[in-house]
Amino acid sequence: MTSSDSAAASQAEISAEIAAISREYDARPGSGEGATETAPRLDYPPYRSSILRHPTKAPRQVDPEGVELWAPVFGELDVDPLESDLTVQHRGEPVGERMVVTGRVTDGEGRPVRRQLVEIWQANAGGRYIHQRDQHPAALDPNFTGMGRCLTDDDGRYRFTTIKPGPYPWRNHHNAWRPAHIHFSVFGREFTQRLVTQMYFPGDPLFALDPIYQSIVDPAARDRLVATYDHDVTTHEWATGYRWDIVLSGSHRTVFEEDEQ
Amino acid sequence: MSLTPTPGQTVGPFFHYALPYAGDAELVPPARAEAIRLHGRVYDGAGDPVPDALVEVWQTGPDGAVPQVAGSLRRDGYTFTGFGRAQTDRTGHYRFSTLRPGALSSAGAPYFALTVFARGLLDRLFTRAYLPGAAPAELAALEAVPDDRGFVFDIRLQGEDETVFLSHARD
Repeated sequence: MTSSDSAAASQAEISAEIAAISREYDARPGSGEGATETAPRLDYPPYRSSILRHPTKAPRQVDPEGVELWAPVFGELDVDPLESDLTVQHRGEPVGERMVVTGRVTDGEGRPVRRQLVEIWQANAGGRYIHQRDQHPAALDPNFTGMGRCLTDDDGRYRFTTIKPGPYPWRNHHNAWRPAHIHFSVFGREFTQRLVTQMYFPGDPLFALDPIYQSIVDPAARDRLVATYDHDVTTHEWATGYRWDIVLSGSHRTVFEEDEQ
Repeated sequence: MSLTPTPGQTVGPFFHYALPYAGDAELVPPARAEAIRLHGRVYDGAGDPVPDALVEVWQTGPDGAVPQVAGSLRRDGYTFTGFGRAQTDRTGHYRFSTLRPGALSSAGAPYFALTVFARGLLDRLFTRAYLPGAAPAELAALEAVPDDRGFVFDIRLQGEDETVFLSHARD
């Protein structure tokens, strides 16, 4: 553990830091389109581990060229269809609330990202990851690994069947708890659209307390990480359903005919 | 129409059982004659190695063509897909077994496109590792250093020698 992980601060102290940053953001001059932040801040001290791990210089603007205008291709060869169901990877049924999460991956122009890789990983229903570094004394579930993959379909849709993850404690500060979430890793049509993020559940009481979620200082922007409960996705006597759409950054490459088919 | 992108979040500390996969860092088998090693260390702002980072590479093959073939997750040992993924070890070291990237004459200097993720890093970072002597002047800091089996490219997240990270302009 590095010193930045030490659980020295209380939740009240972390919450005060979060509130101060939020007030400063709300008071920004000319609040409006141009001043709205849509991404997390890399420099967000309430998340202690970010202190030594954020670049201090602004990124260099370059024109994407060559390989950056393309993304790796994944196919049926790469992903078994069974990998999208996290509840069938072992002999028995995992413990917890069975749920489906589905949505569309599009680029910034609203075009579907077709036949592209989506990967997820998450804690089990008790908030425990199958990871040797996770020391949270909640039960491991022998029937749940918590990792899945799928390819989007021709309309950019992904769909996973899983178990609703539990919140879990971490060591950012004393009595720190992460809101329940599912990690998502998504590829686009271009290298520059690569996205790794976290999907959250509506109405989580831990949102206000969590420095990772709050590192996206704009309320409308961080709300984009919250799924919607959708009863049309819920299935009779089987699973609850959530919908969460993912928008990647805009495309640089000319749209080819193949993309418009 | 222009939609607002979904924000990123940190890859967190628990990606190791999910994102790495068998053969992820071996774009070509290391024993192959043309195989080179692209490797380096990821450091934080105190100069300490980052043992829980993930680096992805995306590149052309020696002929300069952009690979558009599947098979990165289930490598067959013959197909060059151009994509690889490497977690750092406890000394912050990542390494790929790959091929030397080429460039079509119209496409600028050849480079390895890299994406960096880590616990504590709230969003992914993009950079390029150019072949020695090949970078345009303004990106000269992004040249890899040759060694006996390939190239070394260290990534410094913060500090005096901070790596030049890139954002890609929209036209």
